[in-house]
Amino acid sequence: MNKKNKYSIIIPTYNERLNIALITYLIFKHLSEFCFEIIIVDDGSPDGTQDIVKQLQQLYGEDRILLRARPRKLGLGTAYCYGLSHASGDFVIIMDADLSHHPKYLPSFIKKQMETGASIVTGTRYVKKGGVHGWNLMRKLTSRGANVLAQTFLRPGVSDLTGSFRLYKKSVLEDVISSVVSKGYVFQMEMIVRAARKGYHIEEVPITFVDRVFGSSKLGGSEIVEYLKGLIYLFFTT
Amino acid sequence: MKHFLKLFVLLLAIFAVWIGLLEASVVPQGYALLLPVYMVVVLGCYGILMVGVGLMFFPTCPHEAELLQKDIVEAKEFLKKKGVDVGL
Ligand SMILES: Nc1nc2c(ncn2[C@@H]2O[C@H](COP(=O)(O)OP(=O)(O)OP(=O)(O)O)[C@@H](O)[C@H]2O)c(=O)[nH]1
Ligand SMILES: [Mg+2]
Repeated sequence: MNKKNKYSIIIPTYNERLNIALITYLIFKHLSEFCFEIIIVDDGSPDGTQDIVKQLQQLYGEDRILLRARPRKLGLGTAYCYGLSHASGDFVIIMDADLSHHPKYLPSFIKKQMETGASIVTGTRYVKKGGVHGWNLMRKLTSRGANVLAQTFLRPGVSDLTGSFRLYKKSVLEDVISSVVSKGYVFQMEMIVRAARKGYHIEEVPITFVDRVFGSSKLGGSEIVEYLKGLIYLFFTT
Repeated sequence: MKHFLKLFVLLLAIFAVWIGLLEASVVPQGYALLLPVYMVVVLGCYGILMVGVGLMFFPTCPHEAELLQKDIVEAKEFLKKKGVDVGL
């Protein structure tokens, strides 16, 4: 296997004190045979996330874990950009800190990329061997509804639009992210739709998604309205 | 070409066929006039059916949640030993 590639894993955090420690351990456990760095973009979490990150740096080394903090909560989209500007890898992996994205799938992303030479590998929950745990009926209904609408009107050729567990060639991520304007929930959808329209080779791997165990969700209540606005916007601009 | 333009063209084509049907009166006028209504109804049903099927076969993974619990215990143990402050 080609071990020369370097992977930069960008993890945005806001109040993920416990989760960031757990996920770091799991990443080192599952990626031991690859060359990688973890870039943690913390938006001034009041719960002391950064203190834990510093302890992790002591343990794993400051060259493996990079803490790139920002003074206050500035949003997810810009957090990715910020992390990306500090990435030194050939590939960039984006994942959440809350353990909904399990590091045990990282090798399958990397292998898929190597086999296919894809520019983007995206995790999908809606295929065989994928799945979701811990959602109530309402959440499932919204998710299905959102997916059917997006598949009908955007036809992106990807089965999971709103997931954010993805691997990108660094240059591709830089290109796509610069043309994305949406924020919040729609951001991930716009990323993948724009990438598909630009003709980038996108592959999927199944992932399972277990709803967060620790900490609380940072998404606001008006998700559905935002989603619909985003859908209409993407429908007319891509 | 922008994606919505393709759908727009498709819609125009359907509209043209409809006008054609009205003009040629191969089917009774009353039927032909109602065709767009049928189309909307069919589209709506398709949407609801897709959501329903998706819900029925929603892939779940209760086993993964158990595995995750084990991973969490394992990670906590390791980190505590190494002096990382994971609480408890
Ligand atoms: N740096 C930064 N990170 C953020 C911000 N908002 C959310 N995050 C992180 O982004 C990731 C995803 O946020 P979540 O709150 O889990 O959003 P979600 O996964 O859609 O919602 P849940 O289903 O409740 O988990 C987590 O790692 C958060 O800590 C932010 O404003 N800045
Ligand atoms: Mg989450």
